[in-house]
Formats: sequence, structure tokens, C-alpha cells
Amino acid sequence: MIEVRNIIKSFEGKTILHGIDMTFDAGKTNLIIGQSGSGKTVLMKSIVGLIRPETGQILYNGKDLLQMNSAEVRHLRSEIGMLFQGSALFDSLTVLENVEFPLKMFTRQSPAERIRRAKFCLERVNIQGADNLSPAEISGGMQKRVAIARAIALNPKYLFCDEPNSGLDPRTSIVIDELVSDITKEYNITTIINTHDMNSVMGIGENIIFLNKGHREWVGTKEQIFTADNEALDNFVFASNLFKMVKKYAAQEQRTAPFPPHSDTPGGK
Amino acid sequence: MIITNSLQKFGQYVLLMKRVFSVPDRWGEFFRRYIAEIYKLGIDSIAIVMTISLFIGAVITIQVSINIMSPLIPAYIVGLTTRDTLILEFSSSIMSLLLAGKIGSNIASEIGTMRVTEQIDALDIMGVNSANYLILPKIAALVTFIPVLVVFSIFTGLSGGYIISSFTSIISTAKYVYGLQSYFVEYYVWYSIIKSFFFAFVISSVASYYGYNARGGALEVGKASTDAVVVSSVMILLLDVLLTNLLLQ
Repeated sequence: MIEVRNIIKSFEGKTILHGIDMTFDAGKTNLIIGQSGSGKTVLMKSIVGLIRPETGQILYNGKDLLQMNSAEVRHLRSEIGMLFQGSALFDSLTVLENVEFPLKMFTRQSPAERIRRAKFCLERVNIQGADNLSPAEISGGMQKRVAIARAIALNPKYLFCDEPNSGLDPRTSIVIDELVSDITKEYNITTIINTHDMNSVMGIGENIIFLNKGHREWVGTKEQIFTADNEALDNFVFASNLFKMVKKYAAQEQRTAPFPPHSDTPGGK
Repeated sequence: MIITNSLQKFGQYVLLMKRVFSVPDRWGEFFRRYIAEIYKLGIDSIAIVMTISLFIGAVITIQVSINIMSPLIPAYIVGLTTRDTLILEFSSSIMSLLLAGKIGSNIASEIGTMRVTEQIDALDIMGVNSANYLILPKIAALVTFIPVLVVFSIFTGLSGGYIISSFTSIISTAKYVYGLQSYFVEYYVWYSIIKSFFFAFVISSVASYYGYNARGGALEVGKASTDAVVVSSVMILLLDVLLTNLLLQ
């Protein structure tokens, strides 16, 4: 579990995060949603320690990241996996070497054990026959899956995904969402996803925080979004005609029951 | 404003170097990268170093022979002057300026691209000291390989002069070779190699600094690359004056 308490962060005198409080549960897909410029990425980078907030606490199972010494931070980092917006695979390494990389840096495994584990992770994300290709030789969706394989190679306790669906077609986005959701459940990981993709929100949003201009505007689940009485959230989530129709349909049918997961939706798996 | 900005950058550079010069997380991985960098930064530069040195050696020989054409000056001075020009200045300082362009831009753009595509963030998130992992092998590789480039440059430059003396009538080959052997000071070669160590450090560390601190996109990476070449070239020239004053007086 990760808790953030009263996080404030400014850049050049402009406050980006205004005292954010939030709890991210283990075994759940926790989503940070909001418009571009709402502070999602700054919040996520603060939680992982890439940005240091001015005040507040970031508690990993009760231990404050901002008070940890370098050895503790280093240990914590070995428990974190992160999927970046652009995948951030190392260009100079092959697909297999990318997944093997954290194992090489942080374990004493033999080369054979490392390769076995890397191949297992690649198979887990349904990548086969691409071991010796470079990241530039595979598609965007495959790059994302390789990045997930790299992120889970060390059996992380915490998984962070920064806009995992950006630049992907809707079908591939669903595959990535379901993969992250399945892995979260399978390994009981605390997963935090930063997104503004409404399909992800409706598909896998178990615990959602909505940021608006750096403020925590709303917290709830994907089911509660339909009944939330929040104008800013409404304007953001139901901005497209499609989602306006979905809301209208839900209201007509008085459907406050759980929104169907991706696999139950037309075109879903 | 410029002074404050420069001091701030220098401070960032020193802090980055502090992170670079720490014990590598994995020595095996460090040596693997070190060897790869020697190949990429050093061995890949041999051809350009030899090509430029060959022609510059030939040009120096021609120019010196034209300029000192006088019955009062012995012809072998052409060989002597060519040798000393190459050893004292060209093969270390001027060659380093050329390498600042080739290697400096390569390092800055490579690391800068890794920065803007979040590959450096990925390393940091994993708990890898990204500065140490990426930059130390480059600095170590260039500093240890640059004497080889200097020696290649000297040898090829002298060969350029020899070829010119063989195929033209501006100076006889025997007098050119006699000039090369006359009044040879071995220390000059060491002076050249010592200077090149400093230049190699400047090229690799300054380029790494600009790449590592690149922010934004392709435009900023290009700017980082240009800044790296400009700043390291100026630093090389300043160091050249300083080291010449220290080592030759």
C-alpha cells in the first residue's frame, strides 16, 4: 500500500500540486486521472521519487520515502517497476537484454537463470520470437508489453504506469490494460496508473483519483463515476459524445451496477 | 546574469561528476560497457584521425618548405618543424578539437536522447546510478584510448610529410628524415600525451553533462549537442594555454 499525505510541489513559483492526500491499495489498479496539465505526472514522479515535493509524506507500507537514506531508497527502487509513456526501452539492447537488465544489475543469478526468467516474463506478456530484435524493430504495442515484462522481472511490489495507452490503438490499449490488471491481481502488486484514457478508467479503474488544477477533486471507483456529483469530473469523463451517451443510457436504465469490464464490452476480448 | 548562470552550470557539473565517480554497481557490466565505448569512441575515430593527420602533415611540410626557402636555413629544418608542430600542438590540441566535434556531439546526442525518451528515468527508477552507469565508461574509455589516437596522429602526420617529400621535389626524403631525427626531445611526446588526457576528460565529461541535462525534445538534444562541442572546444583551448605554460616552462 502507498499513502501520500499533503503533497505540495511547485515549479518556479507556480504550485502544481496543492496538498494531495490519497491511499493506493495493494492488489488494485489505482488510477490517477485528470486533464493535461492537472499534475498527474508530477504526482506520479513525486511518488516514485524522481521529483522531491516541498512538503508531505509518501509512505510505502508506512515508511516515508522522503525520510529514507540512500540505501533504503535503493532497496525500495528494487521493489518498483515502472512502465513509461514512451516505453523507455534501452535502444542499445535487444528485447531479451532489456528484460534481463534489472536481473543483471540487482541479482546474483547465473546468465542461464536470468535468461530463463526474462523469457518467462516475455511469455507472460505474450511476446514470443522477438528476443533478438531491437526495440526499434517492434511495434508500439509490443514495446509496451516488453516494458511491462521488464517492470515485472524483479517481482515488484509496486508498479507504476505513466499513460500506458498513449499512442496505441483501442484494441491494443485494452490488451495492455488487461495485462496490467491481471498482473496486479496475480502478484498482489500496488499498481498506480496515470491516464486520461476513459476506456481504461471504465475498464480497470478500481480506485480512482481525479486531479483538477493540482487539487484532489474526487476519489472513487469506476462504478461511482456515473453517480458522482462533481461538475469538473463530469466535464472531464463525459466530454465525448460516446461517453455522454453511455451516461444517458446508464441513467435511463438506472444502471449503477458495475460498468462491464473490457472483456464484456463489444470488441473486447 | 551570465556569471550566475555559468556558476550554476559549473556547480551542476561538479555534482554530476561526484555521481559519476562512484563505485560501479556491477564491475562486470562496467567493463562490458568500457570495452564497447573504447570501440565506439576510440577505434571508430582512428580512421578520421589518420586521414586528417596524413593531409595536415603533408600540408605542414609543403608550407614550411615554401616559407623557409633560403640558402641560410638548412633544408632538414622542414622535417624538424613538421615533427615538432605535429607533436607539440596538432596531434594533441587540434586533434582534440576535432574529436570534440565528432565524439562530443555523439556523446551529448546519445545521452540527451536517452534523457528525453525517459531511458535515464527508467535507470533511476530501477535504482541504477544512471550517471555512473552511462558516463563513467565513456570517460574511462576516451581517457585511456586517447594516447593511442595521439600516437597514430603523430605517426600518420609524419608519414604525410614523408609521402610529399617522396613524390615532389620540395625537399629530399633523406633531408626530411634527417630533420625528423634531429634534436628530438622525447619529453615533447609525453607533453602531448599528458595534454591529451585532460582534453579527453573535458570532451567526454562536458558532452555527458550537456546530454544528461537535456530537457524537452529533438530540438533541445540538438542544442545540447552544439553546446557540448562549443564549450568543450573553448575549454580545450583554455587548458592548452594553461598546460603549455605549466609543462613547458
